[in-house]
Amino acid sequence: MKQTAMRLGRIFIRKGLRIVSLLLAVSIIAFALVCASPVDPVQQYILKLGTTVSPERRAALEEYWGVNDPPVERYVNWITNLLKGDWGESALYRRPVADIIGERFANSLALMACAWVLSGLLGFFLGCVMGLYRDRWPDKILQKICYLLSSVPTFWLGLVLLLIFAVTLGWFPVGFSSPIGVLEADVTIWQRLHHLALPAITLSLMSFSSIALHTRQKLTDVMNSEYVLFARARGEGRWTILRRHGLRNILLPALTLQFASFAELFGGSVLAENVFSYPGLGSAVAAAGLNSDVPLLLGITLFSALFVCVGNMIADLLYGIVDPQIREVSQ
Amino acid sequence: MKKLNRRTRVLILTLVMAALLAVVYLAGLLVPEEAVASDFLNAKQPPSWEHLFGTDTLGRDLFWRTIKGLSVSLTVGIAASCISAVVAVFVGIAAAVGSKRVDAVINWIIDLVMGVPHTILVLLISFALGRGLIGLLVGIASTHWCSFARLIRGEVLQLRGQQYVAVSRRLGKSSSWILLHHLLPHLVPQFFVGLILLFPHAILHEASISFLGYGLPPEQPAIGIILSESMTWLSAGMWWPAVFPGLTLVAIVLLIDRLGDNLRKILDPYSAQE
Repeated sequence: MKQTAMRLGRIFIRKGLRIVSLLLAVSIIAFALVCASPVDPVQQYILKLGTTVSPERRAALEEYWGVNDPPVERYVNWITNLLKGDWGESALYRRPVADIIGERFANSLALMACAWVLSGLLGFFLGCVMGLYRDRWPDKILQKICYLLSSVPTFWLGLVLLLIFAVTLGWFPVGFSSPIGVLEADVTIWQRLHHLALPAITLSLMSFSSIALHTRQKLTDVMNSEYVLFARARGEGRWTILRRHGLRNILLPALTLQFASFAELFGGSVLAENVFSYPGLGSAVAAAGLNSDVPLLLGITLFSALFVCVGNMIADLLYGIVDPQIREVSQ
Repeated sequence: MKKLNRRTRVLILTLVMAALLAVVYLAGLLVPEEAVASDFLNAKQPPSWEHLFGTDTLGRDLFWRTIKGLSVSLTVGIAASCISAVVAVFVGIAAAVGSKRVDAVINWIIDLVMGVPHTILVLLISFALGRGLIGLLVGIASTHWCSFARLIRGEVLQLRGQQYVAVSRRLGKSSSWILLHHLLPHLVPQFFVGLILLFPHAILHEASISFLGYGLPPEQPAIGIILSESMTWLSAGMWWPAVFPGLTLVAIVLLIDRLGDNLRKILDPYSAQE
């Protein structure tokens, strides 16, 4: 028991070190990229102020931003402030970056969580259907749909859904996360869900095909095994076989894959949020890049990397539970 | 007439698809500027025989604009997927053939690139390079090689375990000789198939990033830009700028996807039998 705990502890430490090294590298690369950009952040900041700025004030701003310092020094300053909790101030929203990220991440998280659960359930169910009816018509049709959806750009699917369900039919609102003109405190949970529905559906339609195809493959392997042959000989029906032999073999790998797909989820949410003008991290990052809001851009990049790392770590740990061979190797 | 066998049929189909893509590409290059010039008298026309996809708010013909945009997309797609496929082959071989440390470093780099959502990384790179076509190209090329590199690495590791490699090593052939004569020839079909499977991803990414407002300047025809302009007029009942260019993009991506699949059947008949 103590040994297991120690082993687990060691795995955690190693994983933790890896994540820290990855995040550090992401921060360095992101910072270097932003430094290489031809856009002058101070100029952008002044433009956003909308007033003329005296040379002294400009010099003070340059001093504050540290534009004239060498990049390495600036990086060290930025990262130390970041670790202290000061993520800088966004030039676009004129508020601390940490606040913006916190607020917008809550919105994004609601969207991504809905889409994640929806695509997981849908993908898993359809994958099971495909695996059970392999090479028959349900399988063939569903496979075609999966391949078709993987060729459709996320934002276009969002546009089409917006056109059909929001503009033509009027079932859903056209955008934003709450009704316009209603105070933040008065928004009911139903209104929120109503606004969330279309983006979440878009996002989940984009991501369910990989999980469905994966589940189909796994279930096919199970169905070709000898214990299923025996179960069939005993007279078990298709769905009974799925319940007794299939699910316990395919559920965890599917869950693992779903956790490992956080990067695609986040990338997709950037597009979905922009189509539906949903105030989440994705629309903020696009706006930050377009308006040269460097602190916000850097903050969200780092935050997204952290998000993906967490997903990957959960996936890795789940792998260990699923597959004892990997557990043995990692000892 | 003698019935054609399956391989010939696939071969003919592939050639037809490739020809179709080439036609779209060339048409986009050769369309005169007048065809997509603004014509305010004809603004906001719904689709008709004269304007197949209708016209946009400035009276530009959407059909020719779409074709021109597709041609840009194809250029970016080809260039970006070629670059990332070449990078992937080099990195994959290096990871498989090199020492354990090289392998670990490469794996770490792959984890790093996969650790940031691709959309965000492309945005960042495009931002760093000043939002031009080049930024878009570099961004897409530098994010798409990872999974393909892993595939190549696995393939090379598997090939290195083969007996004929062991035999030629015993015969005293150098590592580079083995690489050149035993490993690389096996990777050629893999390379082309991987290249063409990267292609649709690259095009989809190009469209998404220009949709977000990065990449090409807004007066340029690009699918992403057309679609992002269409959003403004969507609630006013202008549905055609959103529907037709998007459908064309999907059709082209599907076409390339099928093309890659057929190419795989021709180059790698074993996998097609499964």
